[in-house]
Amino acid sequence: MLEAVCFYAFAALMLIAALSVILNRQPIYSVLSLLVVMFCLAALFIMLGAYFVAALQVLLYAGAVLVLFLFVVMLLNLERETLARMRVFTLRGVGTAAAMCLLILLWKMLASPQAAARFTDAATARGHGSIEAVGRALFTTYLVPFELTSFLILAAIIGAVTLGKFHE
Amino acid sequence: MIPLTHYLLLSAVLLTIGLAGIMTRRNVLMILLCIELMFNAANLAFVAYARAWGDVSGQVAVVFIITVAAAEVTVGLAIAILLARQLRTLNADEVSLLKW
Amino acid sequence: MVACLSWTMLLAPLGAAALIWLIGLHRKRLSAALAITGLLLSFLCSAVIFFHVLAGEWLLPREVSVTWLSLPGLTIPFGILIDRLSLLMTLVVTGVGSAVFIYSLGYMAEDEGFTRYFGMLSFFAFSMLTIVLANNWVQLFMGWELVGFSSYVLIGHWYAKPAAAEAGKKAFIVNRVADVGFLLGIVALWAISSPVAAERTFHFQTLEHRLPVLITTGLIPIAMLPLIGLLIFCGPVGKSAQFPLHVWLPDAMEGPTPVSALIHAATMVAAGVYLLCRASWLFAALPSVLTIIMWVGGITAFLAACLALVEDDLKRILAYSTLSQLGYMVMALGLGGRTAGMYHLTTHAFFKALLFLAAGSVIHGTHEQQIWNLGGLWRSMRWTSLAFLIGGLALCGFPGLSGFFSKDAILVLAHEHMLPLYWLGTLTAGMTAFYIARAWFVAFTGPARHPHPAHESPPVMLGPLALLAALSIVAGYAGIPRLIDPHAHEAWHWHVAAAPLIVVMAGLLLAWLVYARKLVSARQLVHALALPYSFLKQRYYIDEFYAWYVAVVQQRLIAGSCAWIERRIIIGIAVNGTAYLARGLGQILRLWQTGKVQTYVLAFLIGVAWLLSASLR
Repeated sequence: MLEAVCFYAFAALMLIAALSVILNRQPIYSVLSLLVVMFCLAALFIMLGAYFVAALQVLLYAGAVLVLFLFVVMLLNLERETLARMRVFTLRGVGTAAAMCLLILLWKMLASPQAAARFTDAATARGHGSIEAVGRALFTTYLVPFELTSFLILAAIIGAVTLGKFHE
Repeated sequence: MIPLTHYLLLSAVLLTIGLAGIMTRRNVLMILLCIELMFNAANLAFVAYARAWGDVSGQVAVVFIITVAAAEVTVGLAIAILLARQLRTLNADEVSLLKW
Repeated sequence: MVACLSWTMLLAPLGAAALIWLIGLHRKRLSAALAITGLLLSFLCSAVIFFHVLAGEWLLPREVSVTWLSLPGLTIPFGILIDRLSLLMTLVVTGVGSAVFIYSLGYMAEDEGFTRYFGMLSFFAFSMLTIVLANNWVQLFMGWELVGFSSYVLIGHWYAKPAAAEAGKKAFIVNRVADVGFLLGIVALWAISSPVAAERTFHFQTLEHRLPVLITTGLIPIAMLPLIGLLIFCGPVGKSAQFPLHVWLPDAMEGPTPVSALIHAATMVAAGVYLLCRASWLFAALPSVLTIIMWVGGITAFLAACLALVEDDLKRILAYSTLSQLGYMVMALGLGGRTAGMYHLTTHAFFKALLFLAAGSVIHGTHEQQIWNLGGLWRSMRWTSLAFLIGGLALCGFPGLSGFFSKDAILVLAHEHMLPLYWLGTLTAGMTAFYIARAWFVAFTGPARHPHPAHESPPVMLGPLALLAALSIVAGYAGIPRLIDPHAHEAWHWHVAAAPLIVVMAGLLLAWLVYARKLVSARQLVHALALPYSFLKQRYYIDEFYAWYVAVVQQRLIAGSCAWIERRIIIGIAVNGTAYLARGLGQILRLWQTGKVQTYVLAFLIGVAWLLSASLR
């Protein structure tokens, strides 16, 4: 019962915030709406038993990435975005229509009876979402990708620094 | 007990919203933001399946996705700043130098 | 033995021509020697064959042949057919040709195109022999076209002169027009020669044997054969300059006189007559076509003689005279007289070549061609004048000379089968006598009107004249008709020969009175008959008509509309249109490249959606 209430509440909030992300004209408000989305997602992760991932979501994604976004938005002093003409045959109209179609398709796919699976409580009991479980998997099965991400981060750093210095 | 499909459908809706955002927003930074939204949708799907199948690999995937997203955002924002400086515009319609 | 002789006979002039072109273009003596040797070799071969046949050692007809082209459904041989007809013609061609070649040594001695002249003459000789010795239609047609080409080159020998170049073109084009019909006729004949495709043939003898069978078994549509006959007759109409395609022959006099003598008097123009003889088995079955042939010949003879009456150029008089005599020959063949036609062809070759060579001698000595600028040549150029006299008398059919007998043979036929043509031929004979006597009296007698003194020609030119004069005299007694047709009988027909004789004498007398005795002034005559005179002088306005036809109907109408179609439709729509289409498509397709990221995301999205929907089914 509680679970259902939590789920629907957080889901509703998430969707409203997501709509706000795409529909808001002020960039700052969009970023902050995304922040709300991420917090709701973290709540859902906790409901799904992935505690570590939820923490990561809040710390890394909301705390670092979005903050970075905020910094850039404030740095560039973005103006209020003007409303685009929303005629059907423009890019935007067609794009939105196509997205709707995709949604319908995905709904059809995912709502099919094969996808209906019951969550097992045993998974949570075994502490599947704990930091220990994730860490164990990360450092044994997925060691190589883990090490490779360090390269990725290094590349990103170098790229960002180079691009940042590239100005006349 | 919320069935898996609910989470998946939620993820799909989130994805679609992000997609619609990419199509409709004109600011390059906002497009990047909507991409982040789509990433999050994927994360939700992964975690949901991890819970459904009792496999922790889904959560490991999410860890990686977050990392990659961070790296990508870094570079993407650097490019956006460059755009703002060089072309003096962040309007996606005007950044069309590869036009015919 | 026969094969060896035959091939040498055909190919010797070709070898001479090739050698001249390869190594002899700078060496006058070598080229002349090669040309004369080549043709004399051919003459010797034909003489050898002739004597063997006369002695009864070799039976005719004989044939040697190789397969030139062999495709499924089409076989074309290349060979030599020796029968009485081709043997006689070969003797004439090579004999008269050799005389003309030797004459050219003197006539063209100062010409800078000496070597190419002889090369082309040798090539002409080969082409003519190809026609004469051909054993199938395709080879004959090949030779036909080649002589047309040789004629074009030789008429335009002095190519720097615009008139000569134009005349050469005219000759070739008019012949080409005729050859279209000719080729159609040949192919049609091939097509009907057998219902089985593989058995169709071009071969003369095979066709000759098959034709009666085909006719009786009704395998040929009734209307087809006369049409084929008419089409094939188109060839001689062009080559032998019958009306209305006679316009090229007078202009062909722009060429050197030996060329006129050989090609446009003795041999090439006679090829049409030869063809009619060769294909006489075909025409014998077509009485309607024969009627057309005889009337075309008769009309040509008459009209050409009229034109000769008003000509003042010595060579042109002789050209019209040739036209007229060719008309006689064609008329003879239309009347079914193969023998008479060939007889006249032979004698005509002799005396016409004689006349032309004599005229050439005059031109060589005085550099004058207009008869009113000449005169009194009897005193300064004795031998030439004598030659001209003999030739002229033979031409008008003076009793005793060769022309008399051959013309008589033709008129006998006309008298038997078509009386109007007999009277037409007689009248024409009278006119012939008049105009040739006119030429003689004006140019050779009377006071000398030319500025420079005339000198007689060198012996190298007089020798052939003497030979041809002798032949013109004795050819009537050599029994040529029996050579062509062993069963021919040369009976004497007084009642037929009387009228022409009287008319000829009257013509000679009239010319003597007008031009020698000056009983009636020539100028007064011209004034009195001004209208017909001017009409004849303009050559019936035929040339003007042809020029108008080409300029307006052909060029403006037909060629113009074709050009319009080509410009507007083919180029405008098909070619340029395709280009515009490609460009238009490109213009449309390039709109895909907007350069905007969101467009590409949209494309991506559509692709993903499509994939998903595909997997959903």
